[in-house]
Amino acid sequence: MIELQQVSKSFSGLKVIDDVSLGIAQGEFTVILGGSGSGKSTVLKMMNRMVEHDSGQILFAGQEIRSFAPEDIRRRMGYAIQSVGLFPHWNVEKNIATVPRLLGWPKARIADRVEELMSLLQLEPALYRSRFPHQLSGGQQQRVGVARALAANPDVLLMDEPFGALDPLTRAALQREMARIHKTLGKTIVLVTHDIDEALSLASRIVLIDKGRIVQHDTPLQMLSKPANAVVEDFFGRSDVGIRLLGLRQVVDHVRPMEPGSVEVGEPIAVTLSLREALSAFMSQRSRRLPVINIDGQRIGCIDLLDLLGPAAPSPEQTARSA
Amino acid sequence: MRWVKNKVLLLLAALGMAAAFGLAFLTHAPNRLVSGVGMTLAEIAVSAPAGGYQTLALLTLIGPALLIVAGIFMPPWRSTHVLVGVAATAMLTGLVVLAAHHASLLALDAADPATGLSSSIARTSFGGAFWVLAAIAWLAAGDAIGRLKLEPGLRLLASAAVIAPVVVCIATGVLAPLSLLKEYASRRDVFDAALAQHVQLVLASLLPSVLIGTPLGLAAARSGRWMNALRPLLFSTLNIIQTIPSIALFGLLMAPLALLAAQVPLLGQWGIKGVGMAPAVIALTLYSLLPVVRSTAAGLGQVPQPVIDAARGMGLSNRQIFWKVEVPLALPIFISGLRVATVQVIGLAVVAALIGAGGFGAIMFQGLLGGALDLVLLGTVPVVAMALIADALLKAAALSLVHAP
Repeated sequence: MIELQQVSKSFSGLKVIDDVSLGIAQGEFTVILGGSGSGKSTVLKMMNRMVEHDSGQILFAGQEIRSFAPEDIRRRMGYAIQSVGLFPHWNVEKNIATVPRLLGWPKARIADRVEELMSLLQLEPALYRSRFPHQLSGGQQQRVGVARALAANPDVLLMDEPFGALDPLTRAALQREMARIHKTLGKTIVLVTHDIDEALSLASRIVLIDKGRIVQHDTPLQMLSKPANAVVEDFFGRSDVGIRLLGLRQVVDHVRPMEPGSVEVGEPIAVTLSLREALSAFMSQRSRRLPVINIDGQRIGCIDLLDLLGPAAPSPEQTARSA
Repeated sequence: MRWVKNKVLLLLAALGMAAAFGLAFLTHAPNRLVSGVGMTLAEIAVSAPAGGYQTLALLTLIGPALLIVAGIFMPPWRSTHVLVGVAATAMLTGLVVLAAHHASLLALDAADPATGLSSSIARTSFGGAFWVLAAIAWLAAGDAIGRLKLEPGLRLLASAAVIAPVVVCIATGVLAPLSLLKEYASRRDVFDAALAQHVQLVLASLLPSVLIGTPLGLAAARSGRWMNALRPLLFSTLNIIQTIPSIALFGLLMAPLALLAAQVPLLGQWGIKGVGMAPAVIALTLYSLLPVVRSTAAGLGQVPQPVIDAARGMGLSNRQIFWKVEVPLALPIFISGLRVATVQVIGLAVVAALIGAGGFGAIMFQGLLGGALDLVLLGTVPVVAMALIADALLKAAALSLVHAP
């Protein structure tokens, strides 16, 4: 979908992007991860020509992006930023409708689309449609920002630290929202962040950038288990790697069937949790084995502390998922 | 002090009380040439014929005044603000009606014994107490309207409602016995011409200053190597112009314009000469440039950068960003600047009468030179009214455009 080939960029003589090559496949959730000043935002901004690259090629749908007018390519890529940048003089509906109106969609289609997107982002249309940005909370503003970016059904969604300014609870809620949206719409998403846990929980592939160069481009699991070099290891934190690996695996893949006659004591854990959260439950309950319940609260099996170490248990997941 | 719920009203009431007892409410002279005799409200009350219309008028003054005083101690509910606003309006009306009625009584007293007609040369004018009380009523009404936190349009309507009764009194001739309106009646032609000239001066100065000032402000809001170097120069030039006294600026323009008109006869035929409209309009334009340029630049400068970034990132062209985002967001501040410029030009245009540009200044200076205070007022009151109206209209326009907090 997007391909960078030996792209470099300098700002007033200082090389910020150095010979970067990167392919982003259709439908992938790519997270560009890096510290501040690493050049991660610049990589994103070069994709929609907010920043023009100096050398190399950037291809969008097989064509060099310079062959498109900047406005055209930006309208085909949704864009959401940390400070949201909603138009303060327009209400929610008009904000979301920005790009469809630029593209000259008929009114009825725009109204339908706004309604659909507001529902997708859990903003009650009747309640919020005519509110102005200053009447919304930070989280709601960013929901509108994401809806606005998705409005014209773009091929790609570019997000520049979209959740960086939100409180942890709101951020987690919006991260879950993004994961769900990616799953249901299957959009190609490129998200820039410095938050390692955000990257691990959202990405199908992570691009780690340091000093304007790509250090490693891989799946979260590979990134943690097979770091390319010391920079990657340091970035993910050598002492935290084990915990973060647990965060990538789910309880659902490790549920043991209930053994007849045994009764596990303790507060049950939900099947939807990650193993990292399960470990926390084991620690706080000081228990070696805990019951597992499905989303309806029914007991479907148990999980052993040792299960966190090994590969997935035989195949109770089938039972778990159908339950 | 716990009982005092509205300190503004307390201050106004104290000032009003002092003025009502300490200053003359009306001054009366048998004709324009002799200086008048002042009379306080108390003296007017004593001289009132019992049970007469004047007693009623006094009551319409005392009643609302008591209500306003009560407003000091009433909890800040909307009904309290409405009550104070209505009382202040009634008081303002009561003041002018009382003054007019007493003036007609005084004119009867000075009636020509031969014909029995009331004297047309007797002059009764407002005294200090009237002006202070009228100002206090206006401020109390304004305070009440402000506390009601109305929409900009309704706010404008409420302010209009406060002065509406006074306007009706003027229009229906109730105030005719007062010297201010006698002066008006005897020089209606001059007054109307002055009004036309004054409005003409103001509009003729504001139009070029917007046409020149807006592009300058736009340029000043853009960053670039050239503009960064020129911006301080632009603003210091405009600042220096502001500090030149208006009479000096008018005077400075007379010589070069006279010379120009002499050299180029065509310009002279167009009416450009050392005195009159031309130097006045040029000077007033120069004065109003600073607020226009500054507010244009400030309005554009306060458009949040993330909003512009987001607009660009979504594919708005530069032209679309300017017209759909920057202009609407800068407009309230631009209009505030225009408001400052308008009020300033309305006031300064008075001085332009000295170089023969006409307007209300001409009436005012005629009064000043002839020692006729009523004539001075006839020139001043409409200028103040014009400034207040322009201020209120533009303020409402600016407020109605603001959506962000």
